[in-house]
Amino acid sequence: MGSSDDLVNALADLKEEEALRIVEERLNSGEDPFKILEDVRRGMEVVGNRFANNEYFIADLLYAGEILRSVTEKIKPKLVTTKEIKKLGKVVIGSVAGDIHDIGKNIVVFMLEANGFEVYDLGVDIPPEKFVEKIKETGASIVGLSGFLTLAFESMKKTVEAIEKAGLRGKVKIMIGGGQITEEIRKYTGADAYGKDAIEAVALAKKWVGAS
Amino acid sequence: MEVKQEELFNRWLSPPVEFASEEAKSAYKARVTRIKDAIQLRKTPDRVPVFPLIGFFPAYYSGLTPYDMMYDYGKLKMAFKKYVLDFEPDAHAGAIGPGPGRFFEIMDYKLYAWPGHGVAKEHSYQCIEGEYMKADEYDMLIQDPSYYFLTAYFPRIFGALEPFKKLPEPIHILEMYGGFTPVNFIFFGMPDVQEALKKLMEAGSIALEWIGHVVAWDREMASLGFPNFFGGGTKAPFDTLGDTLRGTKGIMLDMFKRPEKLIQAMEVFTPLMIKMGAGAAKVNGNPIVFIPLHKGADGFISNKQFEEFYWPTLKKVIMGLINEGCFPFLYAEGSYNSRLEIISKDLPKGKTLWGFDQTDMKRAKEILGNVAAICGNVPSHLLAVGTPKDVRNYVKKLIDDCAGGGGFMVMNGAVIDEAKPENVKAMIEATKEYGVYK
Repeated sequence: MGSSDDLVNALADLKEEEALRIVEERLNSGEDPFKILEDVRRGMEVVGNRFANNEYFIADLLYAGEILRSVTEKIKPKLVTTKEIKKLGKVVIGSVAGDIHDIGKNIVVFMLEANGFEVYDLGVDIPPEKFVEKIKETGASIVGLSGFLTLAFESMKKTVEAIEKAGLRGKVKIMIGGGQITEEIRKYTGADAYGKDAIEAVALAKKWVGAS
Repeated sequence: MEVKQEELFNRWLSPPVEFASEEAKSAYKARVTRIKDAIQLRKTPDRVPVFPLIGFFPAYYSGLTPYDMMYDYGKLKMAFKKYVLDFEPDAHAGAIGPGPGRFFEIMDYKLYAWPGHGVAKEHSYQCIEGEYMKADEYDMLIQDPSYYFLTAYFPRIFGALEPFKKLPEPIHILEMYGGFTPVNFIFFGMPDVQEALKKLMEAGSIALEWIGHVVAWDREMASLGFPNFFGGGTKAPFDTLGDTLRGTKGIMLDMFKRPEKLIQAMEVFTPLMIKMGAGAAKVNGNPIVFIPLHKGADGFISNKQFEEFYWPTLKKVIMGLINEGCFPFLYAEGSYNSRLEIISKDLPKGKTLWGFDQTDMKRAKEILGNVAAICGNVPSHLLAVGTPKDVRNYVKKLIDDCAGGGGFMVMNGAVIDEAKPENVKAMIEATKEYGVYK
């Protein structure tokens, strides 16, 4: 039977069938599913590190996400207890008004979740008031605004303004990202930071919750 | 191939129009010659050409919306003409970009949201990502791509063609007398199919009317001295599959899960992609074939995957187009820093133009400069929120870094929709000022 490290390595090397086989065997042997999940998290952490080191690319992250989905589907039914997993912090995220692109945003969501954040993904084409509503509802301290198109510049600015108007600006840190986003655009929108990829998004989130 | 290319360039130099004046005629020829000299790497042009790759910018500039451009051809022609005459670029991208709105409505088009339909009237098209081709459909596509398109892909992307799912295979029509041939035509008698055919006829009429306006506009611009940059367009087989058939996620997973099928499908697409680009270039009498590059950009895939999956069939498309006398214009969206060495070693000299967005231009010139012309990189954020002074400085630096010895054009990095007019103007004027070869 595969050990803890075997599972971590299989996931890190994107070996889907091997990872699924080890998970299956360990579940069948009656092992605590939470322990297996912890290995899954460690494996995904290695994937993230390899992405940060330019060994892995978006294709690898998408495949890792797919493998993650299939292994957690296997493990989930065995999670009988509702043991609370401690989360690092809450993040509200979405593609801003007018923009319906979501691949970059989905990768950020995947990486944040793999790193222990509780992520509220609003989806695409999200008007400013929806962000405000969700921040109030969840008490999230981090907001991620995604946009692929140049029209996102305006929408991001308006979203930051709406958060300000709702009196929440002091309570949240706002990060923005997407194909055409730069430091100049960060200044223009009034966001706190800009991240060029999912790794920077995780680093920013960790910094803001004091976890790094 | 040399001869074929010169023939196409000559046709581009002498469009089938009556010039408005001698001045317009010599301006037109000077512009095409400037571009030709810059991209063929044979001699230094009189100055660096400037070609802003614009999207809906003319609409905003005239106080109109993208929606207006798609539903009122009078406004379309007026706004695009005003842009060309006010800004005087060395080439324009035609008035074909916006497309006819009613066409998409009648066909019930699913691939994009368009102005006034899924996106606001004030904004541009947006692609609706999806798996329009399923993972288990590779064999169908490989065996008979046209039949696959007609019966699987089209019904998914055009709601109006839903009944085409039942289209009989053309091969069933064999030369046998009596009833064997007509049974294959029963399909065309079914009420839902006849409805679909009526919609096709209506959509066809709309397309025909629209293209008449677009071509008339093009001829008018030529008569006034302004060439259209494009002869045609095609795509890298990896993008054809990855953009709107398998989708980004689908094709990325296919590299891991079914690599042989993916490569086989791209091989099937390769000659079709060559025919698509070369065919249009010959009809339009202009050798430049636009190939926007998407999923081979830095970050999407590794260099190993690029060399295994992306580049081989793209290279074949490029070489095939060159053989037909075309001049491929590869527009690499995102950044291409890690791919420059790979592409440079395979390209024949002076036969391609590469447009870059966020690629390091100085390095691109160093690595590609001996084999290909380059352009692009004026950032969209600078044009949207910068000042004319920022833009001028940026253009000047680009010219200093890249224009030495020719082989360079000034262009923006990502298609311009909303931008400050004074910034677009600064980009053009700075080129005309700093870009003169002495």
